[in-house]
Amino acid sequence: MNFALSDEQEFLRDAARGALGRVATVEAAREALDGAALPDLWPTAVEAGWPGLLVSEDRGGAGLGAIEAMLVFAELGRVLASVPLLGHLPATLLLDGADTVAALAGGDRRAAFVPARPSDWTTDPREGLRRAPAPVLDSGALTGEVAWVPDAPGADVLVVVCADGRVAVTEEAEVDPVRRYDATRSLGHVRFDGAPATELDGADAAAAWHLAQGLLAAESLGAVEVALEASVAYAKQRFTFGRAIGSYQAVKHELVEILRRLENARSLMFYAGWAAQDRPAELALAAAAFRTVAGGAIDHATRVLISVHGGIGATWEHDAPLYFRRAQLSRRLLGGTTGASAVVADELFREARAA
Amino acid sequence: MDLNDTPELAEYRARVRSWLEEHAAQAPVLRGDDAIRDEHEAVAAHREWQRKLAEAGLAAVTWPAEYGGQGLGPLHQVVINQEIGRAGVPGLFDFIGVGMLGPTIIAHGDEEQKQRHLGPMLAADEVWCQLFSEPAAGSDLAGVQTRARRDDGGWLLSGQKVWTTNAQHAAFGLLLARTDADRPKHKGLTMFIVPMDAEGVSVRPLRQISGAAHFNEVFFDDVLLPAGSEIGPVDGGWGVAMTTLMFERVAIGLGGEGFGWRADRFASALVGDEDAIRDAEVRHRFGEIASEFLALRFLGYRTLTTLQQGRVPGPEAALAKVTTIRAAIAAGELICDALGPEALADDRFGELVSDMPGLKSAGGTEEILRSMVGERVLGLPPEPRLDKGVAFSELRARERAEVAS
Repeated sequence: MNFALSDEQEFLRDAARGALGRVATVEAAREALDGAALPDLWPTAVEAGWPGLLVSEDRGGAGLGAIEAMLVFAELGRVLASVPLLGHLPATLLLDGADTVAALAGGDRRAAFVPARPSDWTTDPREGLRRAPAPVLDSGALTGEVAWVPDAPGADVLVVVCADGRVAVTEEAEVDPVRRYDATRSLGHVRFDGAPATELDGADAAAAWHLAQGLLAAESLGAVEVALEASVAYAKQRFTFGRAIGSYQAVKHELVEILRRLENARSLMFYAGWAAQDRPAELALAAAAFRTVAGGAIDHATRVLISVHGGIGATWEHDAPLYFRRAQLSRRLLGGTTGASAVVADELFREARAA
Repeated sequence: MDLNDTPELAEYRARVRSWLEEHAAQAPVLRGDDAIRDEHEAVAAHREWQRKLAEAGLAAVTWPAEYGGQGLGPLHQVVINQEIGRAGVPGLFDFIGVGMLGPTIIAHGDEEQKQRHLGPMLAADEVWCQLFSEPAAGSDLAGVQTRARRDDGGWLLSGQKVWTTNAQHAAFGLLLARTDADRPKHKGLTMFIVPMDAEGVSVRPLRQISGAAHFNEVFFDDVLLPAGSEIGPVDGGWGVAMTTLMFERVAIGLGGEGFGWRADRFASALVGDEDAIRDAEVRHRFGEIASEFLALRFLGYRTLTTLQQGRVPGPEAALAKVTTIRAAIAAGELICDALGPEALADDRFGELVSDMPGLKSAGGTEEILRSMVGERVLGLPPEPRLDKGVAFSELRARERAEVAS
């Protein structure tokens, strides 16, 4: 038994941190709120081999797994980097059998996963609670709308989960780019109006959904790490009533609560990575549990990050609002963390009934 | 990421499993409808079962062979714990003795003490109890007030201990007492072996919210201890106590998730009620709590990996205890909300509801654990302390004066 990262995995993580450290991504995230363009990190991603991370080696990829992809996402989350991999990687997972994947693996072309929830193949509503039906594939033509699709703007290929769980590939869609609240997150409302599409035989749409859950959760985990590091550093240097504020139990215990949630989330990230590799039947449960705990962790951590820093933490002078915005939008994408907790319940109730 | 056994461990697991399958019928039934009702009978049967486990080499596997152990590593202990859980049979009766006190004696006792005590402890011929906590010394354990005074070559013991599991069954206890009150609190303590049948020792059960009495108060009224009752150096008891608490951490690290309240067991408590499991609020709350239970299981595998690499789990392992209690309290809440007042009195859930408020303070209160982790893991500055370097007697005098003023 060995439930820790391998040397290679640690190297991949450290290399990702190094590559991202060469760009001032957090400053760019702040400027983007005022409308500035974000730096293009795709060349960085291509140089590091991330677009082909999940593509098999004989098709030009790195042939790595979900755990490696999640480690990269944790690094992206640490520095609020805007790289369109949340759409791209699940799409490449589905396209790995196709000849066209080599261009995606090399980063010459970019794909976006147009998701639907596996339990009923519905998609996130544009507003409100009622979920929307996924697009319909009929005689090679795709019709329907999907809201809040990660990284759809600018994608060359869309890999679309349909209302019957089949997967279709198309290059023709009307994409309405949306950036809401978190300027680093590229989303699109996508519309297909009889778009010519080819069905991807045998594609596992559920696996791509679970991977996306894990990636989004890992990105949150990275942000929690930074929120903890920044809060602890400040709590050691800021003094009130003659003592560092970190010496007060009220502050100390909240910081430990971040650590508790962070390590729980990390344990579930390892679970999701292990399940993706060795226990696919548990991946739905593992990814949903990871999403649930990571979603709670980033919400709590970014709120504590603000409160530990006092009033300044709630202003644009500080980085905390950027992480807070990231937290609030992330928790509501791809079915939301509430939806993830319901999946945990459904999976465990189903097992308990079978037992 | 690999949760498979090494070939050597797989072979060991197979041997343990086959022994347990062969002997499961001899194990006492301690829970459920068929449980042995009479407490003395149940304890006797449980002790007999421990003897069988010990004879088969399935108790104290991490003890050195010369003291009756197997000289194996913590992962072998985990395999045994897992297989005992899988077989649905009880583990050791005296898990405190074998898991924590025996290892302390091995680390700090003299050869005569080891030869005298370890064998009977392992076979459950002599049960042990841990006499550390007092009414006014728990989280701040070094504040114990039970005194041991030199008397005619031996020691005269007086004071009170509390939260003592198995005191009513114990032949011996490992006791932390103050031997020099004129030194700072950590420096005047000594660890003793106390025969529980000595004159002046009295044991009183403490009933808890559930009505059961898992703990006792133990009173010492001028109990005479013979010379040589000390474990480790006189006035060096704090270091001995730290050893015991280190083994406690390891034992907790090797144990299961959530006091046995795993995510799947939690699910089976609700799954009989179709309305409950379709309810959006129940599903949401269940999913959040079950995710914490799952996190505990995989955090446990990370801790085991640390142990396997020959390292002792750090203070951050204490966070697993915090999560356990939080999740178990929330689970009890949800079960009772979903199933109604009957669940409060149901034997299956009553303990979950009623024992957790107290367990929140057991083995270190949640607050003290959070402070410890904040200081040792996150490196946050400590709370200012008013007891550093002050003689214990002086400290007590100051406390009394402050209360009086």
